[in-house]
Amino acid sequence: MTVLDAEAPARPAGPVSASLTYARRSLLKIKHVPEQLGDVIGIPILFTLLFTYLFGGAVSGSTHDYLQYLLPGTLALAVVFVTIYSGVTLNRDLTTGAFDRFRSMPNWRPAPIVGALIGDVGRYLLAAGLVLGLGFLMGYRAHGGVLGVLFAVGLVVLFASALSWAWTTLGLLLRTPTAVMNLGFVILFPVTFVSNVFVAPDTMPGWLRNVAEANPISHLVTAARDLMDGTPAGHQAILVIGTAAVLIAVFAPLTTLLYQRRE
Amino acid sequence: MTTRNADLAVRARGLAKAFGETRAVDGIDLDIPTGSICAVLGPNGAGKTTTIRMLATLLRPDAGTALVFGHDVAHDAPAVRRRISLTGQFASVDEDLTARENLVMIGRLHGYSPAAAKTRADDLLVGFELDAAAGRLATQLSGGMRRRLDIAASIIVRPELLFLDEPTTGLDPRSRSQVWDVVRHIVANGTTVLLTTQYLDEADQLADRIAVINHGRVIASGTREELKSAVGAGGIRLRLADPSQRDRAEATLTASLTPHVMKDGDPAALRAQLPAEDLAASTNLAVQVLNQLAQEGIAVTDFTYGQPSLDEVFFALTGESTDRSEVSV
Repeated sequence: MTVLDAEAPARPAGPVSASLTYARRSLLKIKHVPEQLGDVIGIPILFTLLFTYLFGGAVSGSTHDYLQYLLPGTLALAVVFVTIYSGVTLNRDLTTGAFDRFRSMPNWRPAPIVGALIGDVGRYLLAAGLVLGLGFLMGYRAHGGVLGVLFAVGLVVLFASALSWAWTTLGLLLRTPTAVMNLGFVILFPVTFVSNVFVAPDTMPGWLRNVAEANPISHLVTAARDLMDGTPAGHQAILVIGTAAVLIAVFAPLTTLLYQRRE
Repeated sequence: MTTRNADLAVRARGLAKAFGETRAVDGIDLDIPTGSICAVLGPNGAGKTTTIRMLATLLRPDAGTALVFGHDVAHDAPAVRRRISLTGQFASVDEDLTARENLVMIGRLHGYSPAAAKTRADDLLVGFELDAAAGRLATQLSGGMRRRLDIAASIIVRPELLFLDEPTTGLDPRSRSQVWDVVRHIVANGTTVLLTTQYLDEADQLADRIAVINHGRVIASGTREELKSAVGAGGIRLRLADPSQRDRAEATLTASLTPHVMKDGDPAALRAQLPAEDLAASTNLAVQVLNQLAQEGIAVTDFTYGQPSLDEVFFALTGESTDRSEVSV
């Protein structure tokens, strides 16, 4: 068997190259098992349709007016919900033999996780695209133009990528993928609903209003709304970027540490 | 580092690992000379996989030390990882990728350029007779093909030490002998192999040295010849026409040849090791036993004479059956 005697590369792939290889792995998985995108497709469509037609009339007097308010919110909401699956996927991956091989390879150790999170950006973009496409079909008009929409999507995806580190931490702490998903939803439902996604906080009682206005999701949604409406979003956008930085600073090292210590 | 240690691919001393109350590995010593095949033989739950996972830097030992080519698995893991490759018990290929994508991915991780990784993957697919299945997802491959793919992924860059955790468990005989051929080729190319197995014949076919482990400890080790002579040259199994005669048959066997007689789960069956050192004497004893039973009017419906099974090796070494349910019979 001559194949056994091939010339070996000088050194293993570096951190960037290894991470990108694992990112490619995530994208190949989407290609081969597209049904795993069910959640990515289902959540955005469901939220946008359900809330517009169910509450639109009651909240804003007409579904059309409500859609103008809601769509940037469901854009953020849908993408933020999809981030839970970063933790679910990692938790599932850890039990496979493939991960044993990855962990025994001479590459930068966190590469499989970093790569998977890079690959997840593809899922976020897909979820964002679906919400926007559906919104435009339903009559949403972005006064901020193409650039405003692109900046809003960019900001939402940046925040989502930072938040996904919190789920990978959870993915390493909990035992089963189902546990990660359940806890993820239990956390995200109140956090996303007590915000300005669906209604303006000034209709809420004072204490709840304070919570909703301090909620990072509210900052994200306000920034996305301003960008898509074509109004200045500088202050809110900076808050979002700051929150994203804090999330990464806390949860990326925590994930890495837990992953390194995992047996 | 002494010269002697440098010749060892693996040198483990007092390696131990507990999971809660269970002492999965309870003080294992293991020396594997560079360039050899060592088989770790033992039943399910003996600590085989835990041992391999410690040596492959996936688990931290609770106690003891292990050196892989002189590098400590606990303190110098990166150096160990550069020299090893792992084929886990549950196929270590990515099930949602095709055979080719799996190999290209591992090739890229080893540092091949995209083009070189593809060439290398295609060469290996041909070499392992997987080229026809290159585009199939790993989940759609047969057990034997998956194992070959798994091993191919382990040797994209020739490792100095290859771990194979139960490489043929669950494979049909043809796939099994294909895997054996691959392993022999790999060793011929200079790689040291540590494989675990539940099958004595696998250890027998492949290994230069065998370590028998049970309850997380090495209970015997040596070359296959050493191990077999410790157990007895051969064994017999017989099945009686009338199960009620089993106690009498057992007494006869015990008196005439050996204390190593054991009852089987099957109420009509008995097994025994033959103590004789050489084959001719063993054959002779087997014939005598059969004669003696006939003289006492005990009818035998089945009689096999051959190499000891793992269960018999175990019984001889520990006085305990590998299958707990049989002990209580």
